[in-house]
Amino acid sequence: MHHMEGDPIIAVQHLTFRYPGAPRPVFEDFSFELLPGHHLGLVGPNGAGKTTLLHLLMGLLKPQAGRILIFGREVSTEKDFAWVRQRVGLLFQNPDDQLFCPTVLEDVAFGPLNQGKTKAEAVALARETMAKLGLEGFEERLTYKLSGGEKKLVALATVLAMQPQLLLLDEPTSGLDEATKLRLIHILQHLSIPYMIVSHEREFLNETVKKCCQVHAHCCQPE
Amino acid sequence: MSAIREPFSEGESLLHRLDPRGKVAAAAAFSVLVASSRTFATALTGLCLAVVAILCARLPWRKVAARLLVVNGFVLFLWLVLPFTYPGEVVWRWRWFAATREGLAAAGLITLKSNALLLGLIALVATVPLVDLGQALHRLRLPDKLCHLLLFTYRYLYVFEQEYQRLTQAMKIRGFRPRTDLHTYRSYAYLAAMLLVRSHDRAERVYQAMLCRGFQGRFYSLKEFSWQPRDRLFLATAGLSLLVLAGLEWLLPWTLGRTGGG
Repeated sequence: MHHMEGDPIIAVQHLTFRYPGAPRPVFEDFSFELLPGHHLGLVGPNGAGKTTLLHLLMGLLKPQAGRILIFGREVSTEKDFAWVRQRVGLLFQNPDDQLFCPTVLEDVAFGPLNQGKTKAEAVALARETMAKLGLEGFEERLTYKLSGGEKKLVALATVLAMQPQLLLLDEPTSGLDEATKLRLIHILQHLSIPYMIVSHEREFLNETVKKCCQVHAHCCQPE
Repeated sequence: MSAIREPFSEGESLLHRLDPRGKVAAAAAFSVLVASSRTFATALTGLCLAVVAILCARLPWRKVAARLLVVNGFVLFLWLVLPFTYPGEVVWRWRWFAATREGLAAAGLITLKSNALLLGLIALVATVPLVDLGQALHRLRLPDKLCHLLLFTYRYLYVFEQEYQRLTQAMKIRGFRPRTDLHTYRSYAYLAAMLLVRSHDRAERVYQAMLCRGFQGRFYSLKEFSWQPRDRLFLATAGLSLLVLAGLEWLLPWTLGRTGGG
């Protein structure tokens, strides 16, 4: 199946997911679509399943029923999701989960190296991405000694260095100060790929996405 | 906030600028030789070599002394026990305590060896930043899993320390004060359990984040080490010193035995 211009880049059909031991499913017969070129905000109360949805799309959680299509291709096995992860970037809520290499440059180059790039290519890509995010001079900094805002931006760099075709962001503003938030808004506004943001911050979403959806157990309702 | 401090890795001495691979290899050979030595000659020479290395590294001597104090605290216990329990020729007696010559010799040898090892490792290994050490071990063909275990431990020790601080602060602000009662023990048990659970959760999230970036079980290292003439000089010197040590250990008793026997 070939992905056609105008086809949804994400299509979730009749998905059911329940955490083991949970009294009721997070999603039941849930359907959802993301069209190309769209910047979408996902909102909803705590526990509505926003993060769960992102993790299902990346194959970190497995649904009990339903289909997930990414770029028109149905994905269900670990191999399918390995393919997805080469093309879709996920920014985790907590950058400490994402940064694990000792130095910033190594961490940003980790993804490109996994994609099969040579060392020189990976380093070049890493430097280029860091320059775009205003992180020049951070190469040899130790990841655990960065401030919260710096960690977030470096985590974003680690994802963008893989040149994803779609970006998923999970609460990107949590714990950021105003200046870093503004930087993030500026970066997202100049990003050429579609993205989806989970956030509770209306002001931030107003600046970064055109449309917001409320996440429910059965569907995402546009607001 | 307290990061993991590596006070010895910061420095500008010649020893600091050497390639970590050479230093690690030399330290490993030195440790094996000194640890397995059975003669005073070898142990004493080892200690002298270690002292020379420490002097070359120009480390803050107060901090070195502090480390030595810790190890020699343990050694002190050996001196209290070993001479009186080792069977052999009694050289000193007080009431029912009898110290033997062999026991004193063993305690002395252990003292020399442990100080030589500690100083040698401080001079050669502690002068390498931990990050470089991981990469150097990787280059020395140590199994990937061990290298990554070292680097991950280093990376997340700090996070866990912060987690621990957060939890203890949360306990403190609610008026917790450690006493010797069941409530205190239970609270500490909760703290330990919570730290364990959180560590497990974090390990899972880190792994997930790595999967999301295309991790397939292989790590790549960006670090490039380069051999300099000074590294060759160091390896030659270290090799020669180690040969002397090995010679003292095996050849000396042999020649002594020959002359003694003949």
